[in-house]
Amino acid sequence: MGLMDKDIEKLAILARINLTPEEKETYAVQFNSILDSTRVLDELPTDVVEPLIYVLPLYNVMRDDEVRPSLSNDEAMANAPLHEEAKFKVPRLI
Amino acid sequence: MKLYQLSVKKIAEMLARREVKAQEVLESVAERISQVEHKIQAFTTLTLEEAQKTAMDIDRRGEITGLAGIPCGIKDNLCTRGVKTTCASKMLENFIPPYDATVVNKLKSDGAVMVGKMNMDEFAMGFSTETSCFYPTHNPWDLARVPGGSSGGSAAAVAAGEVFYALASDTGGSIRQPAAFCGVVGLKPTYGRVSRYGLVAFASSMDQVGPLTRDVTDCALVMNAICGYDHRDSSSREAEVPDYRDFLQTDIKGMKIGFPREYFLDEVEPSVREAVKKALLKYEELGAVVEETSLPHSKYALPVFQIIASAETSSSMARYDGVRYGYRDENAQDIAEMMSNSRGRGLGPEVKRRILLGTHFLSKDSYDAYYLKAMKVRRLIKEDFDRAFEKFDLLVSPAAVSTAFKLGEKTEDLSGVLNIPANLAGIPAMSIPGGVVDGLPVGLQLMGPPLAEGTLLKAAYAFEQGSDYHLRTPILEV
Repeated sequence: MGLMDKDIEKLAILARINLTPEEKETYAVQFNSILDSTRVLDELPTDVVEPLIYVLPLYNVMRDDEVRPSLSNDEAMANAPLHEEAKFKVPRLI
Repeated sequence: MKLYQLSVKKIAEMLARREVKAQEVLESVAERISQVEHKIQAFTTLTLEEAQKTAMDIDRRGEITGLAGIPCGIKDNLCTRGVKTTCASKMLENFIPPYDATVVNKLKSDGAVMVGKMNMDEFAMGFSTETSCFYPTHNPWDLARVPGGSSGGSAAAVAAGEVFYALASDTGGSIRQPAAFCGVVGLKPTYGRVSRYGLVAFASSMDQVGPLTRDVTDCALVMNAICGYDHRDSSSREAEVPDYRDFLQTDIKGMKIGFPREYFLDEVEPSVREAVKKALLKYEELGAVVEETSLPHSKYALPVFQIIASAETSSSMARYDGVRYGYRDENAQDIAEMMSNSRGRGLGPEVKRRILLGTHFLSKDSYDAYYLKAMKVRRLIKEDFDRAFEKFDLLVSPAAVSTAFKLGEKTEDLSGVLNIPANLAGIPAMSIPGGVVDGLPVGLQLMGPPLAEGTLLKAAYAFEQGSDYHLRTPILEV
């Protein structure tokens, strides 16, 4: 069962990406061919294989809770498309 | 010989002995850029004025060491304080980072002279530098051909003499395949060997920063400058960094080299296969023990990567929401529409495709069948390497399935089959000039166990000293 246009639409909403009708069509075709190409993995029995999430053993890196120099408000806001003083400005939420 | 044609090592020696000024070195590079850049289009941003100031400072120093005074390029997904970092995407077209990536910071404190930011596939997703939102980069060996990708600008500029070396990133071959196409040396270090702090994320469990240089010696010199633990990168490795120059030796007698048969299948053009087999004979001549081996799960690497890289992309790209930085659609009525429009218009087709795919792979109904499955197979791929490295010091293969192809010619490149496994397993891998087919460079890939960059450099150096491929330079009419 392949992905339909409406599945693509749902993904687009979840990922917050506005797609044109042409894009939806193209992606539906591409996705189905990509999903087909991943089927080859099904031939491998992996019931007893542990997933490899990271190639390194990962552990929490902690440090003392001390204030360190960081960006000033101005620097942190410099790339904001719209801001007011030290606050990001966005269209209405509700 | 003009200054821009010399190696990092040679320029460093001349600067140290005061035989040349950093400003003269920069002038030579600037002149070269003015002559060839309109043909190559390797840069997204030029920073020659800043470079001029740095060069003057270096010339005033009492002692000049390391990479000080040597012009370089930085791939445009590495943050540079005060200099645009665009990832070749409309989304970040005007983004000016307030901080330096750790590797950039390291180069700066060494006195490196950055002449600009290098073109790339948008957010490093691509294999030809054609998905850049600005323009494609052209291969200096044949302007009708691509330089490879995603680090095409970096590799092309090094090959064309526009910079002495460049820093780039490799998530699924993005350093090695362009190195192969442009006939330069490219090294993807062990995962965690080089800090990723300030590298704009693509797939965080595989992204790694590494150098592109004209020869193996220069690769060792740049590695010395960028490796090491960084408390700002939680996946950084606390392992001692050797002086990589110590590995530049030609005696490789008894070194055990395997060539995995899965890397010589039909995907690889016969002429490239032949060139690499010739290189293997060269290794035998040099006294290495060369044997065929097998990495049986290789054919699963591409689909595994497709799933894991997309899943990680969908997560790492969530930050581009038009709120804090990046492109924003001004006309939206509410915040959801603003985000969707900003992302829809600010991101290119390849990037959106990966985000949507990743969203699918991570959704509740698909997670086990795709993402979990892929992570399990990733372990099998890594275990193939673990077993191989019990027997071999390193593995050798082609670095790309073909030589550079023409612009507009391909919508996919199977070179990933050869490059991706090293990213999945987190092992170091490099591409060095290993042959010539129809005047175009062929890349030889060397792969080693974790932290064995030194072994790779040694084998690469021994091969290089016995060949003259690295001495060939593209002829560009000026």
